[in-house]
Amino acid sequence: MKLFSKVGLVAGIALAFAVPAKAQELRIGFVAPMTGIFAQIGKDMENGFQLYLDQHNGQLGGAKVTFIVEDTEGKPPVAVRKAEKLIRQDKVHMFIGGLLASAGYALAPVSSRLKTVYVLSVSAADDLTQRDLNKYPYIIRTSWTSSQPHHPMGQWACEQGYKRVVTIAADYAFGHEVTGGFQKVFEDCGGKVVQKIWPPLGTKDFGPYIPTIKKDADAIFTVMVGPMALQFPKQAQAAGIKTPIIGGGTSYDEFVLPSMGDEVLGHVSALQYSAAIDTPANAAFVKAYRSKYGKVPSYYSESNYTTAQMIDEVMKRNKGKWPGPQQFIKQLQGLKLEAVRGPVFFDDMRNPVQNIYIKKVEKKKMFGYPNEELWNTIIKTYPDVGQFWKYGKDKFLKQPVYSRDFPPCKYCE
Amino acid sequence: MNLEFWLIQIFNGVSYGALLFLLASGLTLIFGVMRIVNLAHGSYFLLGGYVALSVIWATGSWLLALPAAALAIAVVGLLMERVFLRPLGFDPLRQVLLTVGFAFLFQQAALDIWGGDNLIIDPPAALTRSWVVGGLHLPVYRIFMIGTAVAIGLGLWLAMEKTRVGAVVRAAVDDAEMARGVGIDTSRVSMFIFALGAFLAALGGVIGGAFLGVYPGLDFEVLPVAFAVVIIGGMGSLTGAAVGSLLVGLADNFGKALFPELAYFSLYAPMVAILALKPTGLLGRE
Amino acid sequence: MKAKVIAVIVAIIALGAIAPFAGSYVLVLMTQALVLGIIAMSVDLLLGYTGLPSLGQAAYLGMGAYLTAILASTYGFGLGGGFWVVVVLGMLAGAAAAAVFGLFAVRAGGVYFLMITLALGMCVWGLAYRWNSLTGGDNGINMPGRPEFGISLSDDLNYFYLVLFFFVLSLGALYVLVRSPFGRSLVGIREREVRMRILGYNTWLHKYLAFVIAGAFGGLAGVLWAHLTGIVSPGDVILTTSVDVLLMVVLGGPGTLVGGAIGAGVVTFLREYLATVVPWWQYVLGAVYVLTILYLPGGLMGIPARIRRRKNAT
Repeated sequence: MKLFSKVGLVAGIALAFAVPAKAQELRIGFVAPMTGIFAQIGKDMENGFQLYLDQHNGQLGGAKVTFIVEDTEGKPPVAVRKAEKLIRQDKVHMFIGGLLASAGYALAPVSSRLKTVYVLSVSAADDLTQRDLNKYPYIIRTSWTSSQPHHPMGQWACEQGYKRVVTIAADYAFGHEVTGGFQKVFEDCGGKVVQKIWPPLGTKDFGPYIPTIKKDADAIFTVMVGPMALQFPKQAQAAGIKTPIIGGGTSYDEFVLPSMGDEVLGHVSALQYSAAIDTPANAAFVKAYRSKYGKVPSYYSESNYTTAQMIDEVMKRNKGKWPGPQQFIKQLQGLKLEAVRGPVFFDDMRNPVQNIYIKKVEKKKMFGYPNEELWNTIIKTYPDVGQFWKYGKDKFLKQPVYSRDFPPCKYCE
Repeated sequence: MNLEFWLIQIFNGVSYGALLFLLASGLTLIFGVMRIVNLAHGSYFLLGGYVALSVIWATGSWLLALPAAALAIAVVGLLMERVFLRPLGFDPLRQVLLTVGFAFLFQQAALDIWGGDNLIIDPPAALTRSWVVGGLHLPVYRIFMIGTAVAIGLGLWLAMEKTRVGAVVRAAVDDAEMARGVGIDTSRVSMFIFALGAFLAALGGVIGGAFLGVYPGLDFEVLPVAFAVVIIGGMGSLTGAAVGSLLVGLADNFGKALFPELAYFSLYAPMVAILALKPTGLLGRE
Repeated sequence: MKAKVIAVIVAIIALGAIAPFAGSYVLVLMTQALVLGIIAMSVDLLLGYTGLPSLGQAAYLGMGAYLTAILASTYGFGLGGGFWVVVVLGMLAGAAAAAVFGLFAVRAGGVYFLMITLALGMCVWGLAYRWNSLTGGDNGINMPGRPEFGISLSDDLNYFYLVLFFFVLSLGALYVLVRSPFGRSLVGIREREVRMRILGYNTWLHKYLAFVIAGAFGGLAGVLWAHLTGIVSPGDVILTTSVDVLLMVVLGGPGTLVGGAIGAGVVTFLREYLATVVPWWQYVLGAVYVLTILYLPGGLMGIPARIRRRKNAT
């Protein structure tokens, strides 16, 4: 009676008895949104990884890579199901990806449950490599934590002489953690966050919020993602806001920058990557990526490119043989390498320690391209920034995870 | 919260309501005449934005993109009605599911044709300025949105009340059987109204494209808001759509400004309240 | 009638027999199809038997799922023998929500009912999305693991059999319901409500009760759903879920109960399996919607009848 499930059954049985992975073959699963609101980010993520594979003949460290991409549709339950499919049916050695924090939180348990390596190549949720790390022995993160670049951002803002800052951030975990990181360091340095505004994720009409921004603030710190990032600067300018606007990493990154206009010139933000990093390695990466995919790479692409590079290094040490999940993670964690974003190594919580760049939007020509375009020029580099900034791991972990209410808004008026 | 704050918020709420009117007027007309809940309406909105972008990329003219995109989507709507919806006859459930099927098809097609990047429709420079009136910064684009919505609203009202075509449509809405009895071709009316609805939605998409952006997923994001407007204002009533748009625009705006935690609540709570008191909406009829 | 019953029983036994041999991923999908089958059958009660097209049933799945998740993660309840209590609570939660929503929805009919249930479903989604402290908002709630009471449900095969058990229970209960006088009056209401009222039936009450019962089964599906995926998020209660469930009924064949389950199997296969094989699966899904509506008014279960009619006509 259930025709289709019978077909599925037979196919499933056939595949279940498929040849298990050989020693010299590396099966890598990749989960990212390929449809829905984040479809393009998912493609950027995939393209970054694929570029590295293409540059290395489809091999990592001597092992032939089978790269299987699955669509999470931007929904955590679908991400879980696809990861399960990759592990159970495709018998992948590891799975990579997950975009949103919600995906990260959904996928980490899968790695523990099915004892498979999960490399978080984008998902930034702080606690996955902090207070929750013990639950997830099979994960390692190659990207960043939400608060990581924003600790130095708070420092920088304080050094600029800003005393009173208004924050306006997307109202979900990522927005909370980015704001929290910024606020903690900014206030520890002597600054004051005098107002916190939380538009829901996906807000495009900032009409209700802009008029409430305090007029006497020294700066506005924004955490915008996707379409929000495009709209806020435009609407702020149209509303006559002259206060300097600074932002979290996603407010001006290369995913949205090409669609922005002159309204964002001079805006400053912080992240572990900018396409304008002026090193030969990055120049080569940007040029290769742009000529293949027609756009400047964003940190989503760089993160996955570097992840591939890291896997390459580990597999080289094992002469192309899969060392098993625990060894793999240990070796990956022990890496020190020069990535496109700069030097990277890992802390003992399996999160990267890397340069954080304070970058400013400028219009200029770079890398020999003929036209003037918007680039995130590096104006300051903080080297070797880990996820705990200067606080020390134990002290940091004693405080609660950054949330809407932490750090509390002591100076809010 | 001084006077300036309230004035700006009212202005913002009204401009958002203007955009909603474009989106909801088509939906309510389609419902009023054909009793169809068009779940592909959000898709028309989004496709309007995408087609406009293509026109702008090809010709550089934003002014041309407005009618071109709206007409293109009107044709799509027309085809959908004639070829797919008509054969079903009067079966609201099937029609709804059919429109959903199309919504999925449109979404995938849009992704394949235009890619998944978040895009913006840049209006001509003249509209990007702000008029400073008494210390208030009023973005000209929002004024344009309000103006367009008012013009279209008036145009529709005049057409409905004062023209023969309008009379025909009103007859078909009031009592389709009687209308047929006096020789009105109700199927022609349906086709026309469906195309008109698509036209309005697409126009909304082009205008909203500067304001909301154009990206995959926008279709299903604006759809519930459009429904909120139609349900509150009254299904099938154009005046209801106007009133509903204004109410929802203001409620949403003030809700977010004053009670940000309850953002979605300020949208759906009035809807539930009105449904409790009058299921057909403020100005709807049975 | 008898033949159909026997066929269904045979199919269920066959399903149970193949399960141990199915591929690991396919087993998960089969379990999912059965959970969705439960809620689909409840929608069939509303649509196929009472004539009420509801576009908001995901709300009741959400009630059951979130209740399960909150009890498990915040209070550690429901992971042992307490699981059975949670099942009952989930059904009550679904029924309670339906009882409240039904007051708004059941007074309307046809398209208005559709719109109102859609709106109510959206309200539940909005709550799930924004009430961060309760629902975890966008991140959702992670389940701490599957229950263990003598048998460990972490074993997927065990969980499959548990779900199959609930499926059979639900199918049986609904079957008895639709063949009872209550069920028959529902059909009467679907056909000619006015006449039923003239005959003295309290049609509003009948419709309302059907709505509440459907809510209860939605809640049950929600409890099973939470444990299946291990995470509950607002994505579970969006409009698309409600629409998919409605499609499952229409595709399988309204008014047949089992049709909903068959539809669940097909849609699950399309969404979860086909999506992993080809990138253009959304076209197929959309086409299935369109073609079913246009050409299969009786759904898949209606095909044998159509063939018979064709044969008789010639």
